[in-house]
Amino acid sequence: MPDRARWCVITAVAGLLWFFSTGLAAAAPAPQTVPEPPSDGCITCHRNLGGRLAAPALKIADDIHVRRGFTCTACHGGDAKAPGMEAMDPKRGFVGRPKPADLPAVCGKCHSSPEIMRRFNPRIPTDEVARFQTSVHGQKLSAGDQRVATCTSCHGVHPILAVTDSRSPVFPSSVPATCARCHADAAYMKPYGIPITQYAEYKTSVHGEALLGRGSKQAPACNDCHGNHGAVPPGVDSVANVCAQCHGSQRDLFTRSPHRAAFESMGLPQCTACHGNHQISRPSDEMVGTSPPAVCAQCHQADSKGGVAAKVIRTALEDLKQSTAAAGDLVARAENAGMDMSDAKLPLSDARTQLILARNLAHGLSLREVQSATSEGVGLSRKAADLGRAGLAEIEFRRRGLVAALVVIAVLSLGLYLKTRTTPGP
Amino acid sequence: MVRQPLRVTRRSLADLLLAAGLAGLAGTVLYPLVRYLIPPKVKEVTAGSIVAAKVGDLPPNSGKILLFGGKPAILVHTSQGTYKAFTAVCTHLACTVQYRPDFGHIWCACHDGHFDLNGQVIGGPPPRPLAEFTVTVKGTEIVVTRPA
Amino acid sequence: MGIGAWLEDRLRWRAADAFLRHKTVPVTRHGYVYYFGGITLFLFLVQVVTGLLLLMYYRPTADAAHESVRFIMARVQFGWLVRSVHSWTANLMVFWAFAHMFGAFFVRAYRRPREMTWISGALLLFITLAFGFTGYLLPWNTLAYFATKVGTEIVGAVPLIGHPLLVLLRGGEDVTEATLSRFFGIHVAILPALTTMVLGLHLFLVQLHGMSRPDARGPARSMAFVPAFVLREAMVWLLITGVLVTLAVLLPWPVGEKADPLASAPAGIRPEWYFVFMFHTLKLIPSHVLGLEGEQLGVIAFMLAAAVVLAVPLLVRDDGAGRASRVAAAVGAFGALYMIGMTILGYLRP
Repeated sequence: MPDRARWCVITAVAGLLWFFSTGLAAAAPAPQTVPEPPSDGCITCHRNLGGRLAAPALKIADDIHVRRGFTCTACHGGDAKAPGMEAMDPKRGFVGRPKPADLPAVCGKCHSSPEIMRRFNPRIPTDEVARFQTSVHGQKLSAGDQRVATCTSCHGVHPILAVTDSRSPVFPSSVPATCARCHADAAYMKPYGIPITQYAEYKTSVHGEALLGRGSKQAPACNDCHGNHGAVPPGVDSVANVCAQCHGSQRDLFTRSPHRAAFESMGLPQCTACHGNHQISRPSDEMVGTSPPAVCAQCHQADSKGGVAAKVIRTALEDLKQSTAAAGDLVARAENAGMDMSDAKLPLSDARTQLILARNLAHGLSLREVQSATSEGVGLSRKAADLGRAGLAEIEFRRRGLVAALVVIAVLSLGLYLKTRTTPGP
Repeated sequence: MVRQPLRVTRRSLADLLLAAGLAGLAGTVLYPLVRYLIPPKVKEVTAGSIVAAKVGDLPPNSGKILLFGGKPAILVHTSQGTYKAFTAVCTHLACTVQYRPDFGHIWCACHDGHFDLNGQVIGGPPPRPLAEFTVTVKGTEIVVTRPA
Repeated sequence: MGIGAWLEDRLRWRAADAFLRHKTVPVTRHGYVYYFGGITLFLFLVQVVTGLLLLMYYRPTADAAHESVRFIMARVQFGWLVRSVHSWTANLMVFWAFAHMFGAFFVRAYRRPREMTWISGALLLFITLAFGFTGYLLPWNTLAYFATKVGTEIVGAVPLIGHPLLVLLRGGEDVTEATLSRFFGIHVAILPALTTMVLGLHLFLVQLHGMSRPDARGPARSMAFVPAFVLREAMVWLLITGVLVTLAVLLPWPVGEKADPLASAPAGIRPEWYFVFMFHTLKLIPSHVLGLEGEQLGVIAFMLAAAVVLAVPLLVRDDGAGRASRVAAAVGAFGALYMIGMTILGYLRP
């Protein structure tokens, strides 16, 4: 059958089906279980075509745009009212499947227009396309690379789900896997010569563990550091500001520390120089010091000024850690022996607060600040330890009292025993 | 009356021991008993509520840390003159938070966490708000109560 | 008129004095069993004194119960001693009440005319168990909370009146603050009142009938109650006091974690040791036996056992070494071994 004849048959069948289905839809209301797409010529026809041509129509009812009243023509052009093939006449504005390079313009028709967008969601930004143009993806796309990510690569298509929909590929906890679809694919990334280990590293990091393991939506996914539409690796001098979205106090301490200027002159990235980037593990006191795994040792000799400072900070932290642990141990021992140690709880928790504070102050590199926090903590833990010792002393007092009572009982028993000897027995 | 000396000794020894023992026993029983009945200086703390402060103790725009149910809690006298109370355990790394009069809200020194006077996180790393307690003023006493 | 005569005129105490002077206690091969009742009585008196002291600070509300016990243990001077002695005495008292009962049983002290002495004694044993069950909940800790939940559920398995009984006991469908109020009332008012009456009868009957002598054979040796027996009993009481104080100092009774009705039951919920034999039996009975629920069957069996214990003097009526006495001794021995065995099993296989 020549092409022309086949199209005629398809059109005729589709037209008939459309006729019947609209007639039926008018006669009997559709069941309420699944939201029916608006009665639209495109969907009606495409549903019954099967295979590749049917796919876009099947789940389109979930699409956020369809839910807000848009139809296929909003993106694809054409005339949904026309019953036959003429619906897809370029003369009626039909654009077919937009090329990747055209997608930003297609989506941007509405998404870049504050006037249109505020009718649907007054808070939604309208600079996505502008940001996209600044991203590595956008710039490569402009340069003619058709393999880079465009709107639908991340947001999906048919249906495009709202970002707040947990099924969306850009729902916060799904973002890392979505980026990894390309960025962890060695073959796909080969022409760009960039690493592909970020996803694997991220998964084992504190952030990945929090977001993917514990479902904590506060934890950052890829886009929280790299930007989403304007995705670019943060520059060496802006790392601290990126991390400061959550870790603000560390940024403030870092920016007034001597490290800031030093890192700048050496071209070192700020936070990530010590903490790493994708594989950020839980920090520990071992990171401070003059020998590995201490990160200070990467630059500082043990006997240099910086090395001495590192040692001082580490010693202060270890001292407080040790005295807090010793106090906690004393209090726990007294508690296990049956003493109520609630009075010791406040100084003990305050001492632990000072330890956490001192660890943070280490970012500012001020020995005076760190030492004042740790010495206050040591004082608090001594207070708790004194209470623990008092509890243990009380136990000693009880034991002595017991001995005294047993002596009295023994004397009395002896008296009674002698008495039984001196009085008539059985 | 003549008695065998040994017998006399033993009987009187028995009586002596008995008397001493009974006196000792009375002491060892009565001493703790009387001490027990003396009311302790510390006021009894119930889990449900605690007298956190007296009216006037705390000037407006200031806060106070107290121990409530074995954990630190914070009582805030707002600049509007109302009282608010929250757990003082930061939801980030369990540091004890404090009231910052210059900010007019609750602040955690460890990692610069900020909480507003509804306990909600308004800045920094804390992942969850601070649990709020109920504050009632009964006469001159400010009572903090754990919500049921 | 001398003071003695003045008092005699009003109190007639010389009659009691004369009575005590003539009172004797048999001396036999198993003479130690005559001390068991006295020990139980002493422990009861300790409970009365320490219980009254605890009432000064204890507060029976879900909000304050646990905190007030913690307060007694930590803040009240010697509060730890009073409360630990109370808890330890409770356990020893249950033990000695059982020992007293088995002792009296095996020397057949329930024979005519002491049937009522036995029955009142059996009632006192049940009251003692009820004391233990209700007192266990009062510190309002997790373990006690769930043990009470399970324990009252077992009451719910009593045929016909089980559920109403459970609601009555719990003061509602569930173990709540209402249960705490009820248990407190039962523990400090109802049971003490019952004990006063039944214990009064029990002690009166013991004086009325004198000490039972196991059998008529052999020479009838005896010792004077005053002073010989009293001195020996006093030594035993002192020894027990020493044990109690030592236990209280070296092993203070824990306060536990505050009960949280919304928390899930912790693993290894087990009642106090003196209920373990019942608890473990109920665990071992299959869930359905002869068209009855296993738990119901167990509860019926224990109710029957209790009835049998009460009715011992009516069931075993021959004097001396008749067949009924031998059967009774065998059944009693089986009962004791069963209780010991099930308790051990209950601890070995939680």
